Amino acid sequence: MRGITFDVAHLLAGSLVLVSFMQLYQDRLYALLNVFALHALVLAASVAWQAFIQNAPHLYVTAAIALVFKAIIIPIALHRIIVRLGIHREIETVVGIGPAMLLGMGLVALSMVVMLRVTAEADPLAREDLAFALSVVLLGLLMMVTRRNAVSQVVGFMSLENGLVLAATGAKGMPLVVEISVAFSVLIAFIVIGIFLFRIRERFDSVDLQALERFRGERQ
Amino acid sequence: MMIDALTGVLLIPAVGTMLLAALPGYRLTARLNVLAAFLTFATASSLFAVTSESGSYLLVDDLNKVFIVLTTFVGFTTSVFSASYIDHEIEIGRLTPVFVRFYHAMYQALMFAMNLALVANNIGLMWVAIELATLTTVLMVGIYRTHEALEAAWKYFILGSVGIALALFGTILIYMAARPVIGEGLSAMVWTVLITRASQFDPALLNVAFVFLLLGYGTKVGLAPLHAWLPDAHAEGPTPISAVLSGLLLNVALYALLRFKMLLALNPAAIAPGPLMVTLGLISCLFAALMLYRRRDIKRMFAYSSIEHMGIIVFAFGMGGPLANFAGLLHMTMHSLTKSAIFFAVGHVAQAKGTQKIADLGGLTVTHPVLGWGLVLGVVAIAGLPPLGIFMSEFLVVSSTFAREPWLAVILVVGILVALGGLFLRLNTIAFGEPRGPTAPAQASYLPMFAHLAIVSVAGFYIPPALVLGFENVAKLLG
Repeated sequence: MRGITFDVAHLLAGSLVLVSFMQLYQDRLYALLNVFALHALVLAASVAWQAFIQNAPHLYVTAAIALVFKAIIIPIALHRIIVRLGIHREIETVVGIGPAMLLGMGLVALSMVVMLRVTAEADPLAREDLAFALSVVLLGLLMMVTRRNAVSQVVGFMSLENGLVLAATGAKGMPLVVEISVAFSVLIAFIVIGIFLFRIRERFDSVDLQALERFRGERQ
Repeated sequence: MMIDALTGVLLIPAVGTMLLAALPGYRLTARLNVLAAFLTFATASSLFAVTSESGSYLLVDDLNKVFIVLTTFVGFTTSVFSASYIDHEIEIGRLTPVFVRFYHAMYQALMFAMNLALVANNIGLMWVAIELATLTTVLMVGIYRTHEALEAAWKYFILGSVGIALALFGTILIYMAARPVIGEGLSAMVWTVLITRASQFDPALLNVAFVFLLLGYGTKVGLAPLHAWLPDAHAEGPTPISAVLSGLLLNVALYALLRFKMLLALNPAAIAPGPLMVTLGLISCLFAALMLYRRRDIKRMFAYSSIEHMGIIVFAFGMGGPLANFAGLLHMTMHSLTKSAIFFAVGHVAQAKGTQKIADLGGLTVTHPVLGWGLVLGVVAIAGLPPLGIFMSEFLVVSSTFAREPWLAVILVVGILVALGGLFLRLNTIAFGEPRGPTAPAQASYLPMFAHLAIVSVAGFYIPPALVLGFENVAKLLG
């Protein structure tokens, strides 16, 4: 188990966490999309490596989906949506970069503590993968709650989902991984189409307080 | 024969989806929708007649039979209501025929997804089915394409996606816990295999897995800190969808949660799932009861009432034991029937009055006597007044709790009473206040509403012994 295969898998999973951190401090949408494409690329490499060391050819399909769909098609589509919606110049500052990074570090520490403790008996690769995967999931969640723009929320969701794919591929021999990654891709495609068709810019926080009240349906 | 009925509940809605997507003409498709829903219900009922037999993907046992029959029954009655509701929406031009075709196809797709989630024997398949159900309802919530509807659909989409993402992480952890015991591959995700070996799983992994599953599926159940999507989705979507959401989809998510609770209960070293569920249930119940007071939108008010009742149901299942589980099952059934009946009434009321704002509704019992009194009966039932069915089930929940944890029972009773106050405060204006708005008679089909209310009323006095026996079996199964 130890040796080069372990080190490479470890390196790739760790890089995914690192790229998640990079997403946290991007305040321009274009830059965010580029970092997300990198995120998906690292995921694809990581999944492909797992496919190789587990001798599980079906995982190459998941890796291919990550590479083609998430690292190429989605970023390009979102790029075009950003241009169409005219929000490419926007800078988001919801929570400052400092607090967000600190929170992120806290979450990673939390997931390490929780996961490494409960998986003491599992094989080392699986448990480290799981700990990294939970970190990526939590960082994705953090990104979703600290961003207001619909596009960056989607990016947060997709990086959360990358963490799940990492966890699923790290769990050796897990069935239905390919099906689940396809199901997720459908979900994401729907979200992206939704943004495009309905021109959703922000979720429910709007600077326009009146719009907010109207949305809550409580104003008479 | 068994497999036929089992595949039937999946096949009929699946074929229905494709057929309804292809056929033009909304009157025809509405009828076909009713027909497909009825056939599914009939097939589901036949599950009781034959002995069960499970494969590695699909499963039938006493627990999911109850859920399937309830789901297909309410699915059928809602399709009848939906037909008259949609007729009116087309007349006033709120929906175009193209959207109605889409709506009917999605309705059957939702039935398919819910049935699949209920019969899935594989925890991965169950997850995919619940995701599919979320997707179809998101599309239907946003169907009016108003600003509010899109925002509600978006919010539901994002929160629902996060919920199912967390649930998937929990599912992966369950697999990780099962793998050393059962071995790699498909069988480590098959429910019937998992349940026989659960006592040997690593308890620490199971604990973490359950927390994720509780948060994930709990989001879909609408438990309190995670409920934010629910009122918007109920208020802005078409009313038949509000009925299906409240009456069925919340149950399906709850069913997933119950399955995992059973797994944990079998492992003595794992945390007891009960107290977590009890806590979330109580919080939901109290919070939603208080929120009932400030509602100005009628559908939103009943959405909060659904959160309150899901809280009570989760509380009952969290308490566990044969009696509390029985009470929880009964309450779930009664709530599904009553809440969908209320939404049937509310749907026609909102159409007749042209608004959902409580302030613009008034004196319904004068302007629309049948609808008005139907709504009154529904609210009396949902508030838990005797002698109706929900009183029975709430009484059982509370009395079974009193014997074990009196303080929890007191908190629960406070929640129920606060909710009762909130509901009646609004009901007073809506049903008996000064008549307001249009008085033209509503074009409504009253049959589904009164059928549900009749069942709920009768259940207050008399529950067939066969049903009691069936529920008792399921309650034992739940542990």
